Amino acid sequence: MADFDWPWQYKFPPFFTIQPNIETRKKQLEAWCSLVLGYQRQVKRYNLDVTEAQSSELFYNKQLNRRLSLEAIYIVLDELKRRGNLEWKDKNRKACTLIWRTPAEWGKIIYNWISSKAMNNTVCTLYELSNGEDSEGEEFHGLDKEILVRALRSLEAEGKAEFMDFDGHEGVKFF
Amino acid sequence: MNRFSWCDGSFYPEESLVNQRGGVAVYDGQDKTAFNSGTVMLTTHRILWKDQKNRNCVISLPLSIINAVDELPSSFTKSAKIVLHLGPAEPGRPPGPVTNSAYHYIRLSFRELGHQEFLKYLKEEIKQKKWEVQSQSPPALGASASNTTGLLPRQRPGIVGIERSIQQKNKETNKNISQAFLDLRNLMEKAKEMVALSKTIATKIKDKQGEITEDETIKFKSYLLSMGIPNPVTKETHGTGDKYYIELAKQLSTLLAKPIEDCGGMMTLTDVYCRVNRARGMELLSPEDLFSACQSMEFLSLPIRLQTFDSGVSVLQAQNQDVEEIVTNTTAMVQKHGSLTSEQLAQFLELSVVLAKERLLLTEKMGGLCRDETIEGLRFFPNLFLTQT
Repeated sequence: MADFDWPWQYKFPPFFTIQPNIETRKKQLEAWCSLVLGYQRQVKRYNLDVTEAQSSELFYNKQLNRRLSLEAIYIVLDELKRRGNLEWKDKNRKACTLIWRTPAEWGKIIYNWISSKAMNNTVCTLYELSNGEDSEGEEFHGLDKEILVRALRSLEAEGKAEFMDFDGHEGVKFF
Repeated sequence: MNRFSWCDGSFYPEESLVNQRGGVAVYDGQDKTAFNSGTVMLTTHRILWKDQKNRNCVISLPLSIINAVDELPSSFTKSAKIVLHLGPAEPGRPPGPVTNSAYHYIRLSFRELGHQEFLKYLKEEIKQKKWEVQSQSPPALGASASNTTGLLPRQRPGIVGIERSIQQKNKETNKNISQAFLDLRNLMEKAKEMVALSKTIATKIKDKQGEITEDETIKFKSYLLSMGIPNPVTKETHGTGDKYYIELAKQLSTLLAKPIEDCGGMMTLTDVYCRVNRARGMELLSPEDLFSACQSMEFLSLPIRLQTFDSGVSVLQAQNQDVEEIVTNTTAMVQKHGSLTSEQLAQFLELSVVLAKERLLLTEKMGGLCRDETIEGLRFFPNLFLTQT
């Protein structure tokens, strides 16, 4: 995490004040969105708890002694939602899923890995895919189950896989 | 005998009775008088003689004019007498029973004895001179006298009494107010002279411009020069309504063009108000009139205009003030210092903080700056969001 390449804006105090000028604010929010997604991707996190996030280094630059207020965090998250990078998990908007890679993209990555392992026409469990020994070191290792299911569904729509459910064990067969 | 005055037999406030004797006759020198049977009273201030039959017939003699006292003891046919040698009659005394007399002494004849006791007291009182205490403080006497008359109606019961006391109070208040304004009127008369004086000083200083070096003198000069509008536009001279405002706007424009330029092309309306009224001296402007006049400036296409910022601050702005220029200058200023608060900018540009803030906000609005809002205050940075990628 320490080697995360913070953008220059993160060291710029006005970044932590939502700008009243519309043009400036647009640029500022753009920077925030890419920072949030980039950061989440770096730390491999898919969910974000708003209360926790307040004091995380993402929204709180201790060196600069600047933090994004709760109000401002919601402005940033709303912007992410508008761009389709975020889904709220509850009505109170306390937690959300950040989609920094679309299910289709995930599906493509998984399919490429299956192909490289010559595991076509075999059946794998979802657990094997996300937490199995084989997939260690892969990008989708530790992927949120929900996102994994959505990725597989998108593959299914493309005819590259078939989603199976037997005796409560979910599995997938790649073609 | 002509020293006597008629009186009503009542005492002065400080006066008190010392001794009295009945059966006393008053002689004018050697002559008998009509006052041949009455009571003589010695008080601290006077000798009073009251007729035995006619109680309203009272005459008085002030002790102060008695020069000397002699005693004539009684003989076989004559009763004891006291002789009072008198000085000249007091001027302005109340009228008495006799206007002219050949004698400078009177005699009191005591037919019923007791003259020795009376004489003893009389001598004592003359020695003590209590009347002088009274005459030394006539204002006190006057005040107490007016007080008693003033108090009397107040003590009257009922509505009349209340009304009278209110009336009295009003009278006093009016008196106080008119006294107070008397001073003010003097001041106003003097003020015109003062303005004239300051003008002459101003021109004198103007003539000797080369000799002035000290800062304070220069400051003083500028104050004097900024004082005095020769013919201030007033409602009396220019009527009311639009015409008045138009004339006023024109005058303001000529008066303020230079000062506004000096302080960077902008002046808050409050500063304008102070400056204009100082210059007008006596013919002060009301804030409403000033504001109305400023509003008509744009319509008259004068070189200065009223501008109200989003924050609600109103300023008079020189027409040649270029917004672009302000934005560029302010941006450059902030860039030079890294970041600035309105207070800092105010210091650098020698502007008021309000105006400095307006400049920053304007520049921010134009995209030249961005803000950093913390508990320490509002700070402005160059807008790197737009300039840096």
